Amino acid sequence: MTGMDSLFLIFAVITLISAFLVVTTKNLFHAALWLIMTLFGVAAIYVLLNAFYLAVIQVIVYIGAIAILMIFAIMLTQRVMNPSGRIFNKNWIIAALLGAFMFIGLVIISMQTGASKTTLPQISGQLDTVSELGQALVSPNAYVIPFEVASVLLLAALIGAIFVSRKR
Amino acid sequence: MDNNWLYIGLFFLVAPLIPALAILAPLFLAPKKPNKIKSQIYECGIETYGETWIQFKVQYYIFALIFLVFDIETVFLYPWAVAYNSLPLFAVFEGVLFIIILLAGLVYVWRKGDLEWV
Amino acid sequence: MSDPINLIANWLQGLLLGLGLSVGLTKIILSFVGAVVVATIGMLTVIFLIWLERKIAGRIQDRLGPNRAGPYGLLQPFADVIKILTKEYTTPDGADVVVYNIAPIMAVASVLLIWAVIPFASTVVGTNLNVGVLYIMAVGAFGLLSILMAGLSSNNKFALLGAFRSVAQLISYEIPMVVSLLMPVIFARSMGLVDIVEAQMPWFIILSPLAALIFIIASMAEVNRAPFDLMEAESEIVAGFHIEYSGMKFGMFYVGEFLHVFTVGALVATLFLGGWRGPWAEQYPILGLIYFYIKTFVGYFIVAWVRLTVPRIRIDQMLDFNWKFLTPLSLVLLIITAVLDRVLVLVNSERWVYSLVMFLANILIIWATVEVLKKTTSKPKRKEFPMRPVAMAPETSTSTEPSS
Repeated sequence: MTGMDSLFLIFAVITLISAFLVVTTKNLFHAALWLIMTLFGVAAIYVLLNAFYLAVIQVIVYIGAIAILMIFAIMLTQRVMNPSGRIFNKNWIIAALLGAFMFIGLVIISMQTGASKTTLPQISGQLDTVSELGQALVSPNAYVIPFEVASVLLLAALIGAIFVSRKR
Repeated sequence: MDNNWLYIGLFFLVAPLIPALAILAPLFLAPKKPNKIKSQIYECGIETYGETWIQFKVQYYIFALIFLVFDIETVFLYPWAVAYNSLPLFAVFEGVLFIIILLAGLVYVWRKGDLEWV
Repeated sequence: MSDPINLIANWLQGLLLGLGLSVGLTKIILSFVGAVVVATIGMLTVIFLIWLERKIAGRIQDRLGPNRAGPYGLLQPFADVIKILTKEYTTPDGADVVVYNIAPIMAVASVLLIWAVIPFASTVVGTNLNVGVLYIMAVGAFGLLSILMAGLSSNNKFALLGAFRSVAQLISYEIPMVVSLLMPVIFARSMGLVDIVEAQMPWFIILSPLAALIFIIASMAEVNRAPFDLMEAESEIVAGFHIEYSGMKFGMFYVGEFLHVFTVGALVATLFLGGWRGPWAEQYPILGLIYFYIKTFVGYFIVAWVRLTVPRIRIDQMLDFNWKFLTPLSLVLLIITAVLDRVLVLVNSERWVYSLVMFLANILIIWATVEVLKKTTSKPKRKEFPMRPVAMAPETSTSTEPSS
């Protein structure tokens, strides 16, 4: 096992364990912190895949904005200082069995169609990915329409969210 | 993955170690005499009144929302700025259009009075 | 002797290779040693900075500053450190112990991580990331999280309030900072800090003084430094989010703030003042290091100077200033800079024409902004009262005055 594989294993284990802890922690604020750890693990996996720009964007947008927004929303809706509520209800056995069946099904499908055997496309280290992304974002053959539509989408999201959360 | 990010990874391991060492040092040097009065929560010298919970204003959430939208806007703007030299001329107008649409959003929020703190 | 740091690094590498280790492992060990050295030098610089700040504060306030402990008070920070090391940790009741202890560590770690990408000299740099500028923003997000963790885990109303307001201030001022950092990226065509320093033929502060100004103001707000230090002022909210921390844990927040201000000075020096550039800096890297430190101290002095001169502003004034003034201004500056850059490149102008036109455009924007501000914030007209003599008997037409 090479160094990159062992690093990937470490980060994947961290991400999965943090994701599991997000849904099973009683204290909501701790759940938000485990979510931040999960997002950080995903950013580390992006680095291993040579997507450096995506990794820093993941930290800036997800951890620096969306996780903060979630923590504010948690504080807005309930008293976080007293953990309350039950984690499991009485149907958890059926839910666990369904989840296990779906997982086994997905694993069998991916092994049969060879999806788990594709190798990563080899990108040379000389390629400046950010510059390529910038050119792709504004060239008419590539992504300029989604680029402009994204700005309209962001405008709509801004106006809509402000409208919904305005004081009556 | 280059040598660069390996250095960053090592730095992520080293950087918390040094303050952790600095915080662990007083465990050997400082007195440890906790008593009930010292561990009480500070509230300007009186006993704590009521639960630890403050009236959370909606305004915090609105500011975080506006920040999120502008943060994502800068995510789109950075590749445009890095590749600026090799872009054709109309790419400038595309970028400027992008910024102007979001400036219009900011003006809307400003005029509707959602940027006030009180 | 002109490049001592690389000399030492090569000697160490030779030593480790001589011990029989593989090349990859040698690189890892050298990176590790480099990381430890940079982090330790960062922490030790703070000790000098505490003394410097108190001396500057004393002189600006027309007094002497510390001068008892050692010659010129140079041993004062050592006295402070020894005092803080022997203070007891009082953990409040009902605090979240793990989160409470991690917060100060993360606050300092997030600032130390910025030093990994700053170029000190032409051959000495931690690492040359091609996303260096955004990496700095990313580790700023960890600092933000540490404030939230400190406030929310202290089980104290003032800490909660201080933490939320502090986070609201920090996220608001991140937008002008990120947008004003786009100007050096446009000029240098790259996000890597090494490329930005190497592209500074005229320093970027000449090409875009307004971007430097916006960056300095936004950074002062990001480090909770006066005039934006509402969250930490003792008379306002009794120390805000770090109210329940004592001893070295509070010391870590304090150190983190000083180190952050120093790092802001280093960033201003790298991005706008030319980094290690100077006469003969390419041949003698040690000179580059000296220039870099001089420029960093200039940046630090500007921030300390503003802190000791200007009064504190309120939180609604602070947020209005950001969302209604700095953000639109920085976006308009970005549009004008982008359009002008493309126009000038099309006309194929030389470097000095480019610099002059950019500089004049910035001055024009500043002038236009001041004019707009003058029109929109009108002072209320002073009411003119008619002149009246001060002491006069009340006028009664037919009065029967008592004869006196």
